[in-house]
Amino acid sequence: MADKLHFELVSPERLLNSAEVEMVVVPGEDGDFGVLAGHAPFMSTIRAGVIGIHAGGGAAPQRVFINGGFAEVNDKGLTILAEQAIPVAEIDAEAVARELANAREDIKLAKNAAERDHAEKAAALLEAKLGAVRH
Amino acid sequence: MPSLKSLKTRIGSVKNTQKITKAMKMVAAAKLRRAQEAAEAARPYAERMASVLTSLSAKADRGASAPRLLVGTGKDDVHLVVVATSERGLCGGFNTNIVRGARAKIDSLIRQGKTVKILCVGKKGRAVLRRLYGDAVIDTIDLSHVRRLAFADAQPIAERVIAMFNAGEFDVAWLFFAKFQSALVQITTGQQLIPAPLAEADAAGAGGSVVEYEPSENAILETLLPRNIAVQMFRALLENAASEQGSRMTAMDNATRNAGDMINKLTLTYNRQRQAVITKELIEIISGAEAL
Repeated sequence: MADKLHFELVSPERLLNSAEVEMVVVPGEDGDFGVLAGHAPFMSTIRAGVIGIHAGGGAAPQRVFINGGFAEVNDKGLTILAEQAIPVAEIDAEAVARELANAREDIKLAKNAAERDHAEKAAALLEAKLGAVRH
Repeated sequence: MPSLKSLKTRIGSVKNTQKITKAMKMVAAAKLRRAQEAAEAARPYAERMASVLTSLSAKADRGASAPRLLVGTGKDDVHLVVVATSERGLCGGFNTNIVRGARAKIDSLIRQGKTVKILCVGKKGRAVLRRLYGDAVIDTIDLSHVRRLAFADAQPIAERVIAMFNAGEFDVAWLFFAKFQSALVQITTGQQLIPAPLAEADAAGAGGSVVEYEPSENAILETLLPRNIAVQMFRALLENAASEQGSRMTAMDNATRNAGDMINKLTLTYNRQRQAVITKELIEIISGAEAL
């Protein structure tokens, strides 16, 4: 068995997860990437999406939705800085769908570019969230 | 000499006040514990963000393409001072101390001939700053509806500051808040927000290893710097919340003790007076009887 990867998931409010795992799959800005123990130093921004935490031993990966953030791999392990993280199992698909409908309405009702931009960002985020649940 | 009756009401009212301050102290103590936990829980993120930023900015090029949030506008004329105070009073010298710290900075900036703009977070600092600096106070951000401080509360403030910066409304931003040390000690802290102050890039942090970036270093910096400002803001608000409760707890503890002293003193006067009245009545009766 190869070495374990030290993985930390941190949000501004608290340290959410700190564990030794086999592999973590991260949705990077330029495409998904997997991180195993001994990965070369690496930094990437993350798009809104699902990170898969493979604890090892062939167990099904733990899936956590994050709304974008930042990943750093160094010799100590992988650190993910995310603003919000929710385990996919805890997302209420219906509530998200409702919020998405609201956000789409906001885009139509937006009075100026800034407002529309804001609403579009919110909608994109909710779409990614919904995609995570339906996946 | 006040009458017996008025003394008695006075004692009663001080007792009521003491009950209130005692309750406030206990509430503050409970809130302090929560605020302290929140502040401590937020530390890992801020620390990691700082270390990432340090190693990144050490490598980023300082040319014309460097993000302005990092290198500044190249000018030093207009300063924005963000002063974070509390929403409620009765917390000892908490707000006064923060405002005093901010004032020292603002006054020295004005003496150097800079233009100063002030953004208040929390309404308690506003009144004083308004009186002193008038229209320099551009706005107040009200957080009185916030029960439990979340990152989402700090983010809009940071976004606003960044939007103002991008619109060229100021060159340098400062943030004033009270750093929590213990329930008794809070340190008024002023830190530079924009351009990002650079910690000495330590060689150990960079590790000397070649780090790959995806997308480019500058693109990462672009997204990281605004986020860093939001994180700093959030941290300041959390520290402030803990400091406020600590300060209130101490203040209310003092108030409770003072009320206790006052009750003792008043009770003494009351008893003395009561005895004096009895003695007086006895003398009247005796001398009345002797006169017969």
